[in-house]
Amino acid sequence: MRINGKTWKFGDHINTDLILPGPVMLLPFDEQPKYAFQANRPGWADEVAEGDVIVGGHNFGTGSGRPAARSLRELGITCIIAESINGLFFRNCANYGVFALECPGISKFIEEGDEIEVEFGQFTVRNKRTGEILQGTHFPDMIMEVMAAGGIYPMMERKGLLAEPNPETA
Amino acid sequence: MGMTMVEKILARSAGLEKVVPGDLVTVNVETAVVIDQNFMHNRMREPKKVFDPDKIVIMLDHIAPADSPMRASMHKAARRFADKHGITKFHDINNGLGICHQLVADFGYAIPGTLLACVDSHTCSAGAFNCAARGIGHPEMSYVCATGQTWFPVCETIRYELTGELAPLLNSKDIILQIANDYGEHAMHNVEFVGNGVTRMSMNARRTLATMCAEISAEFAVFEADERCQAHIRERNPGIEFEAQFADPDAVYAAERTVDLAEIEPLVAYPDTVVQNAHPVSEATQDHIDQAFIGSCANGTLDDFEIAARVVKGKKIASGTRFIVTPGSQAIFLEAIRLGYVETLMEAGAVVTNSTCGACCGYSNGILAPGEKCVTASTRNFKGRMGSPEAEIYLASPATVAASAIRGMLTDPRELI
Repeated sequence: MRINGKTWKFGDHINTDLILPGPVMLLPFDEQPKYAFQANRPGWADEVAEGDVIVGGHNFGTGSGRPAARSLRELGITCIIAESINGLFFRNCANYGVFALECPGISKFIEEGDEIEVEFGQFTVRNKRTGEILQGTHFPDMIMEVMAAGGIYPMMERKGLLAEPNPETA
Repeated sequence: MGMTMVEKILARSAGLEKVVPGDLVTVNVETAVVIDQNFMHNRMREPKKVFDPDKIVIMLDHIAPADSPMRASMHKAARRFADKHGITKFHDINNGLGICHQLVADFGYAIPGTLLACVDSHTCSAGAFNCAARGIGHPEMSYVCATGQTWFPVCETIRYELTGELAPLLNSKDIILQIANDYGEHAMHNVEFVGNGVTRMSMNARRTLATMCAEISAEFAVFEADERCQAHIRERNPGIEFEAQFADPDAVYAAERTVDLAEIEPLVAYPDTVVQNAHPVSEATQDHIDQAFIGSCANGTLDDFEIAARVVKGKKIASGTRFIVTPGSQAIFLEAIRLGYVETLMEAGAVVTNSTCGACCGYSNGILAPGEKCVTASTRNFKGRMGSPEAEIYLASPATVAASAIRGMLTDPRELI
């Protein structure tokens, strides 16, 4: 599995309140993604495009169980690479169909806007501008299968495990 | 090569003799905690059938009672879910109300040596009971409710031996801020707490520390089940049998660290980040504080009420400062009334609210306006967490927050008592 995309760079300790602020949760579900990073990077949600990749620093996604990864996927983000990733956020990435990869050294390896290719067999990142390759941290095939399936709900749908959504709380 | 506490619990829950870091294990969940947030916008898709209604507990907590028709519908959906699937352990507004992690502790839902899952990041709170507990997000909770299973990567463990005793007025919040300062984030690592410093800690104090391990991004945070812990569980589950898990003597750790509790002083994390962002309160900014808050799954316990009441007793909060105290559960609220803590706090000028996640997550009971400064004994200080992203949130212990409410600026509680 290969993912190609243009990068957006973020710093250390990017938290889920920045991606999906609490007050925004009162809005309809479909409207929530566009408020991602409005406090620390206003306007970003309008610029990001389908297939873009986020490159983060240490402790990316620290914070709550809220569907912050879903917001990023809805905005077009297909892959998040960071120095380190909060475990709950990593799960949510997988479960919402976002590829996520821990890759020590990635912050210095990439300049914002660089095009990269991420190879999920070897867990490597290639910077297309410099031609250099950086090794990420391996994770098991099963997690990759969930990411590639578009998350856990499509898998559950296929297995017939899900009831019809409650229209009152849509 | 032996196993750490977390490794042993994961192995047991997976039906395996042994696990090692790097493994991915499919585990059986002993307790699934479903909360009101799961029903908001159908974040947790409803399974056709649940795996075992007796292993699912439902709690309305993040915004309880409801603040809007949307959240009222969310609560209604939770009630319907309980009825439809025959789930009887249901903490509604009128029945055992409280913050989910507080209720897990107070009702003894976290069983030593087992696995507990909930959407919420602070689920690691139940690690105080030798339970491998953690937040797993909404989609995964749907899967757990349907199948009773989930997966975990087995991560390396960092062992903290706590020695000595905290000085009076200090709190586990000060311990975690010290650890976060000294060692930074712990992403993709488990933590274990052992030592005579732990033995002396109340279950509330252990739970505050376990809860706050979400803020250092730990995978699991687990304590040993000593006599105090086991008595707590047996008292709430008469006749229960469980197998507490202790680390093997030859367990392998990513790091082994010692923290002398006696050396810790009151700390305050400055706005926006918990990790490596704390300063001694005695050296902190003297800016005016608009709001002081005590509450949440980390600091809504009776211990926290006691210490806040002790600090403010006979004093008045500063003019221009709001002091809001939110109990972790309705039962704690009632006990705090009986013991006089609520009266002491209210006489000092505090507002004591209903039990809910409230101001901690910026949902209700103390939202901040742009430009305001708040000192909070809750879980996190992220930008925009408690309302406006232009507000500043300082994170500290209950005693520090209470003292700061009296002075209207960040204050070392030892200056007041």
